[in-house]
Amino acid sequence: MTTSLRTPYDGIVMAAPVTIPYVRYSIDSAQWWIGRALSALVAQAGIKVSDIDGLCVSSFTLGPDSGIGLTQHFGLCVRWLDTIPLGGASAIAALRKAARAVQARDADIVACVAGDTNHVDSFRLTLENFSRFNQDAVYPYGAGGANSSFALIARNYMRAFGVTRADVGRIAVAQRANALRNPHALMKTPLSIEQYLAARPISDPIHLFDCVMPCAGAEAFLVMRDETAASLGLPAARLLSTIERHNAFADDPMQVRGGWAMDIGELYAMAGVKPDDLDIVQTYDDYPVITMMQFEDLGFCGKGEGAEFVRQHDLTIDGDFPHNTSGGQLSVGQAGAAGAYLGLVEGLRQVLGTAGPTQVRDADLCLASGFGMINYDRGLASGAAIFAGTSR
Amino acid sequence: MIDPIEPPRRKNPLLRTRLPTSPPRARSRTSHGFTRAAAEGRFMLQRCEGCGAFTYPAREACPCCLSDALAFVDAPPRGLLLAETTAHVPSDVYFRERAPWRIGLVKMDCGPTIVAHLHGDCVEGAPVRMSFQLDKSGQAVTFARPEGETPNMADDKQWREMTADPRFRRVLVTNGRSAIGREAALALKVAGAKTVFVGIAEPWRPFAGEKLLQGQDGIELVSLDAADEKSTRNLAADIGGKVDILVNTTEYVRPGGLLDREGTSIARDEVDQAYLGFINLAQAFGPIMRMRGADGINNSVAWVNILSVYALANWPAFGAYSASQAACLSLSHCLRAELRPGGIKMMNVFTGPVDTEWFQTVPPPKVAPRAIGQAVVSGLKGGLEEMYVGDVAEEIRQRLAANPKALERELDR
Repeated sequence: MTTSLRTPYDGIVMAAPVTIPYVRYSIDSAQWWIGRALSALVAQAGIKVSDIDGLCVSSFTLGPDSGIGLTQHFGLCVRWLDTIPLGGASAIAALRKAARAVQARDADIVACVAGDTNHVDSFRLTLENFSRFNQDAVYPYGAGGANSSFALIARNYMRAFGVTRADVGRIAVAQRANALRNPHALMKTPLSIEQYLAARPISDPIHLFDCVMPCAGAEAFLVMRDETAASLGLPAARLLSTIERHNAFADDPMQVRGGWAMDIGELYAMAGVKPDDLDIVQTYDDYPVITMMQFEDLGFCGKGEGAEFVRQHDLTIDGDFPHNTSGGQLSVGQAGAAGAYLGLVEGLRQVLGTAGPTQVRDADLCLASGFGMINYDRGLASGAAIFAGTSR
Repeated sequence: MIDPIEPPRRKNPLLRTRLPTSPPRARSRTSHGFTRAAAEGRFMLQRCEGCGAFTYPAREACPCCLSDALAFVDAPPRGLLLAETTAHVPSDVYFRERAPWRIGLVKMDCGPTIVAHLHGDCVEGAPVRMSFQLDKSGQAVTFARPEGETPNMADDKQWREMTADPRFRRVLVTNGRSAIGREAALALKVAGAKTVFVGIAEPWRPFAGEKLLQGQDGIELVSLDAADEKSTRNLAADIGGKVDILVNTTEYVRPGGLLDREGTSIARDEVDQAYLGFINLAQAFGPIMRMRGADGINNSVAWVNILSVYALANWPAFGAYSASQAACLSLSHCLRAELRPGGIKMMNVFTGPVDTEWFQTVPPPKVAPRAIGQAVVSGLKGGLEEMYVGDVAEEIRQRLAANPKALERELDR
């Protein structure tokens, strides 16, 4: 097993998982959604706004604001501030930075928050202006957005490893079953594998139920030292390890693995656990095929064994491999950058035992991963974190 | 296999004409290196002068060695189609109306991986040849075609969006009195144009080659004097709605510059014919062409100017003529911008001295009018924006790029 030379996250904890229930379209601004999340954080943690001395924000629709504008907007006086534009990897990156900030005592209580609104035209505008490479060399090609880019990756991956749509569909179907127990999920009707397979094509081989529904919403949590949490009487989860990687495997002609594969040894070594020890896993599910890739790259099976893995396991809340227990972005909705937080925040609720109807029994050790920024032909950013509940 | 396109039916006057829309237009400044390549029909990529690596998309520094010496150079156009997808529900109006739309990821033999529009005959895992084309917003895009020729290749739906193929289209050649106009008309007919309208000023006056045009199936002589505003308006009122391609062959060549001429009467004629003639044509035909940019199989697609290459650098022996051509060139850029919302291509065909009477005293090489007619057709089929016909034009292009001052001094002989 790899050993880690990095400074351990001793005494660093996460608390107060907050989800502001999503809506398909919102006439409110991203600022409003982030404001609701901060308000809920303060209420849930039983602290004053002035107790927050660090802020980390992620949003696609906040423009022209960044984190600094929000300090004045919300009456925050912080001594540590960051804005993280890493899409689906934003939550892991925020957690990593906030953890080191409180560990070094640059801040005591950091609020990590992500929120986006979704006006009727927001999604198209985000696609149009996503990145320079995207604007120059992807969007003018059929304007299929992320669906077409991931379709190319999915098609190559599925052909290379003999994966069928039915294999991939297991992930989406299991998440829908989970979502039916989550009152906040936007998707409220059951999904069978037959319905999944019969869905209309969006960009082959991506079909309707491979896609997330863009929506408005916000997610947040607090990062602090354990003594701070104790003094506030806050239940908190201990951060055990994290990894983050960008633009990995640039020489692979097409993406068949994400950056996790580079750092996975260190992720488990730093946490001192094995993949088998995990009670729940929350992957970044912008497309189920990307989740399948994560099962391989996060060490649950070998490369090319993802399809067999999902055939052998039950991914529902009561199954042998509880995964994306809230229903994930595929069934809850993708609230922009909050999509990056969705799994992490749900995982936090799980290990704190506050997940309610989606609670996995005795869930204590969780892995959450992030993936983001399809800048040109592949997702560039990846990250993961392992954290544990109070009983461990 | 591509099915051949069917000859378009007569238009139903009761139906609304579908208005043109444009594909996404935003590009970085550096990316316009590809626009230049597409305009001339070349396949160019950035190549690092430091480490020799080809790179794509357009970058400001080499991803291998961080050098900023990334010149656009001609690159080998062969690659392998790694994966394809068909977008069924694009988010942009232009593509949504044209869905399903096929794209793919191509690994170039020279290194980079490129997202490209796909010709219908491209097969996953098979080699493709890549080109830069100008799309309906006038921006450069990559287009992958099968390596070899396939049946009805030019009829591919996506390819036809990038080109201005004369097949089944109706063309107006503005001046049939000239050898260039005559050859252009004949070449366009051979290329499959449904009708070639050929403008003749003062039709009662006989002209050389009249017999070649008269009585030809699909060639229709029409009365047109571009210098006369009323004449252009009258013709546009008659046929404006069925001009899919306009080839402006209006010309007025006279030797001489400034000091050896007395007064402005010759210059006035040059301007009347070439420059004001261009304005008359643009105002009469431009608006309806722009409006018909998405009007079915025989939508309006292109405007072509035949210009002297001395529009780019003044040749004192034909100095005033060169200036009138420069004025037309400048105006063409204005017209290109104004036609852009219709997706209409604006192609300039630059030529050296032509083998006609007004260049009688000029030594060879001279350009055969037939070569210009053929260039018009091949430029339209390839969807180009700039063409240089003949050795003189090509040489002027290169010398201008190398050192404009040297060219200026050396044209003074």
